[in-house]
Amino acid sequence: MSLLSIDNLSLAIHGTQILKEVSLKIEPGRILGVIGESGSGKSITAFSVMQLLPYGAECSGKITLAGEDILSRSEAQLCAIRGRDVGMVFQEPMTALNPLQTIGTQVAETILIHKKVSRAAAMERAADALRRAELPQDRFPLSRYPHELSGGQRQRVVIAMAIALRPKLLIADEPTTALDVTTQAQILKLLQKLVVEENIGLMLISHDLAVVADLADDLVIMRKGEVVESGHADNLFRNMQHPYSRALLKASGHVPERTGHARDTALLQVRNVVREYVTHSYGLWGTTSQFRAVNDVSFEIRRGESLGLVGESGCGKSTLTRAILGLEDVQGGEILFDGQPVFTHEHANSDVRRRMQVVFQDPYGSFNPRWKVDRLVTEPYHLLERQPKGREKDRAIAEALESVGLNETDRHKYIHEFSGGQRQRIAIARALIIKPDLIILDEAVSALDVSVRAQVLDLLADLSDRLDLTYLFISHDLSVVRSITERVLVMKAGQIVEHGPTDDVFDHPKHDYTKQLVAAAPALPDDVAGGRSHDPISGSLV
Amino acid sequence: MSLFLYSRTLLPGAFLTLLFAGAALLSLVWVPYDPTVLDIANKIKSPSWAHPFGTDQFGRDILSMIMVGARTSIAVALVAVGIGMLVGVPLGLAAAARKGGLLDEVIMRMNDLVFAFPSLLIAVMITAVFGASALNAIIAIGIFNIPVFARLTRGTALSLWSRDYIMAARVAGKGPARISLEHILPNVANLLIVQGTIQFSLGILAEAGLSYVGLGAQPPTASWGRMLADSQTMISFAPHLALFPGLAILLTVLGLNLLGDGLRDILDPKLRRVRA
Amino acid sequence: MLRYFLKRLLSLALSLVAASIVIFLALEVVPGDPAAYMLGLNAQEDTLNALREQLGLNGTVLERYLSWAGGLLTGDFGISYTYRTPVSEMIGDRMWVSLPLALYALTLSTLIAFPAGIWAASRRGSYVDAGVMGVTQLGVAIPNFWFAMLMVLIFAINLRWFSAGGFAGWDAGFWAGMKSLTLPAIALALPQASILTRVMRSSLLDTLNEDFIRTARAKGLNKAQAMWRHALRNALIPVLTIMGLQFSFLLAGAIIIENVFFLPGLGRLVFQAISARDLIVVESVVMLLVFAVIVVNFAVDLAYALVDPRLRGRR
Repeated sequence: MSLLSIDNLSLAIHGTQILKEVSLKIEPGRILGVIGESGSGKSITAFSVMQLLPYGAECSGKITLAGEDILSRSEAQLCAIRGRDVGMVFQEPMTALNPLQTIGTQVAETILIHKKVSRAAAMERAADALRRAELPQDRFPLSRYPHELSGGQRQRVVIAMAIALRPKLLIADEPTTALDVTTQAQILKLLQKLVVEENIGLMLISHDLAVVADLADDLVIMRKGEVVESGHADNLFRNMQHPYSRALLKASGHVPERTGHARDTALLQVRNVVREYVTHSYGLWGTTSQFRAVNDVSFEIRRGESLGLVGESGCGKSTLTRAILGLEDVQGGEILFDGQPVFTHEHANSDVRRRMQVVFQDPYGSFNPRWKVDRLVTEPYHLLERQPKGREKDRAIAEALESVGLNETDRHKYIHEFSGGQRQRIAIARALIIKPDLIILDEAVSALDVSVRAQVLDLLADLSDRLDLTYLFISHDLSVVRSITERVLVMKAGQIVEHGPTDDVFDHPKHDYTKQLVAAAPALPDDVAGGRSHDPISGSLV
Repeated sequence: MSLFLYSRTLLPGAFLTLLFAGAALLSLVWVPYDPTVLDIANKIKSPSWAHPFGTDQFGRDILSMIMVGARTSIAVALVAVGIGMLVGVPLGLAAAARKGGLLDEVIMRMNDLVFAFPSLLIAVMITAVFGASALNAIIAIGIFNIPVFARLTRGTALSLWSRDYIMAARVAGKGPARISLEHILPNVANLLIVQGTIQFSLGILAEAGLSYVGLGAQPPTASWGRMLADSQTMISFAPHLALFPGLAILLTVLGLNLLGDGLRDILDPKLRRVRA
Repeated sequence: MLRYFLKRLLSLALSLVAASIVIFLALEVVPGDPAAYMLGLNAQEDTLNALREQLGLNGTVLERYLSWAGGLLTGDFGISYTYRTPVSEMIGDRMWVSLPLALYALTLSTLIAFPAGIWAASRRGSYVDAGVMGVTQLGVAIPNFWFAMLMVLIFAINLRWFSAGGFAGWDAGFWAGMKSLTLPAIALALPQASILTRVMRSSLLDTLNEDFIRTARAKGLNKAQAMWRHALRNALIPVLTIMGLQFSFLLAGAIIIENVFFLPGLGRLVFQAISARDLIVVESVVMLLVFAVIVVNFAVDLAYALVDPRLRGRR
């Protein structure tokens, strides 16, 4: 008998069908990977097991947990099961903990709610749970508050809460999506260890095939509320049957086709750049401290090249981007674009700035919701001395939209009428409209589903060939950087610790940090069919 | 009209608001009786066909006085909201654009200071020096509105400044003033409209309170607060004198609050849809 | 924690100084010569001089401000010209009406608002919720002095449960005093309770949508436990802010309500002083009320730190 079995689970919220006949099984001591893109219903499946569903949700089918029929239990019986038999870990560790209670109190609560033990005994067991989640008491005492911990540490607290009563089943809903690569690897390792040592069954939900590939014993691939494929991980990766899962696999390892056209002339030169922040605190006891976000950084981007910049959050890559764009002055060194400084006399050098553009990560926050596409796309015209008007402007808008695969008629729409992938295309159109030489892509594909990401990468590759563009490609995702750049810089704590041709750096990392990053990066098994493919991605995924 | 389907409160709110705004406008050209003419023969009459709301101790028609009083209330509250917005919104925008800077610090400290003076105390001080008038009420309520709008604008603007589209505008070479006007203000506008309705209704309450204690509009200017003050001594034998002006205040404020809620209902989901 | 406290204390002191300057400028500098203002147009020169001497008006603006502010610190508010008695004595008597009234109303509104807000939030979308929201919608819109008049009409004039006005005085016993403050306190509390109920409800509903509530539910807490143990304290933070802001409305409201019930409080005092052109009294009462608002908001800041460890732990 399986630990958890879901049979033909269908679910509707206020009459809208969300899940259709989902079936899956989890055995003790094994990991089930549930994979799907946004809207696939993977999270709602997990919440059905806990019966923590949005208002108006109705389930049919059968959920059996350790012999108990979940759907027929009363709310009080469910409360007794939650936390005791099933533990859950969530995506957003920064908000998953009550900010007003100590971590000890919050972990002990799991115990107190289910067991008749004294508070002191519960605290004792909470300390033990934290230890099992690798938060030793000498460094992370029970009296800590969540705001004193980092994201990865908070996620360990959530895990400690989930495993405090040694549940049979652990559900982890995108547990590492909000974390850095190296932290992600550590959390995944911890989960794996718990599965083995405590014989827990783990349901690991992710949008990222590679994250699950290393870990899962069994796999379920979901799409639009249905399971499209399931089976043992080893077999499944090699013999995918459903066209969607095959396309998904292919998209995960997708490498866009591009012809290198880098030349020997330098387009952007960054020389010994230092960027310091002075942090003030006001008042009688105000103190001033300095923080060096970018520390003696030097590199060059050659004309026509695509250069990658990888690093984890807080490494200084965003600060560096702002300095390159001339939005902020630097405290040391210089940044030259085609031989001219990007920042002169307290101001950005406008001659230079009109030759650089940027595409941001968040497809939702990158556009003023009250503007129409034509106004959004032509905003960079502000940089030009002579701004195109009338017919010329119309032609430019049409050209920009068409070059990113959109329609000229889209110019009259508002941004909320577009999907995430389309918005990123509009962001690229906005960058293209003034025909820049350099485009900085700041995590430009990180927020996109794999299939959409593959299409946008293809588009970028195609544009760079056609328009002779130079890219600075900033990302935390090594596989993406690898697929589209020729050279790469690795940044840590404000410094470039390693640089070189992308394949060399990732295949033979020299610096310890690069080695860590490469080892931590989730990767699909090498021998998997779709591993790295140059085939263009068809639109059938979306 | 499909907008009314989104909110249950919009329609009654708009109806009540338009009713009193209409009465105020109508009073400019026509009232049933001239409220400045005394008619002692007809004093303290209960409601009748000739005088639907009755007459006061000088025989003046209560309905006419309420119509003219609506003018005072609405004018005072509207101008006070205008003062609050015209001063507060630019201050809030400037503070947000220079977050953490000296300007921000000065503006916020001044805001805190004004917050310590309820509009009634401002009115007390002005009256003590210059004497009572409707203008006092406008200034007192207007000053009190400034920090309300400044804070709201600053808070919302700050969250907008961290959006990527502001970064995109900066990359396009736009300065803080231009960005505040083109990107921030239009996206704060919805909230300002909703808050404006709320401050409008608070202004009507405040004006009534000030006039009631004699710090607002002076006779012969008709005002709901004064009517209530005058009726107080006669409440045991002529309660209708207190009933109708009080109801007028209650319904106007209720209407504006419902309208504000309704506007929030229809303006917010649109924002939510944009974000989702 | 100590540093947070000291920082707040410093900002309290600065606010008080700034407020006193504003009040001083408005009531002593703007009117020109206060002595001439108080005595009116026909005053004799020697009377004026005597008054100036008495009010300490001979000196530069700065000297006068410093001596006034210094007096405030020692509890010396000056002498009322109209009554020829120390202002501090006049205020002292009246304060024992106004302060208990404000506290009574604050207690009432909190006692009503917290349960009502929690009740409505925990039954979101039900008839209870709709009912509470409807009543508070009216409570917010009703002018409190009118509500007070209606209560006088019903409970004092018709039912004769309370007297229509006046204050029994604390000498007549605690309960007699409280009884004469009851109708005024209810009138004062009603709009505040309505606002607070709405804030409590929406703040709780917001908090119930937070991720950590889901975490708590996943631990096995039922809805009520999740609300009481996790949502309530988090929801309290915005409620505290509103309570701090409300206090100034409460004081202003008290001044008006005192007029409805003929209570001998600070409100009556200030209006008498205005008609008697007794600027010193007006100045002192305004300063006292502003002082109260600033101190209450200081207390709210400290309460934040008690509720929120993120402020306490700032190192």
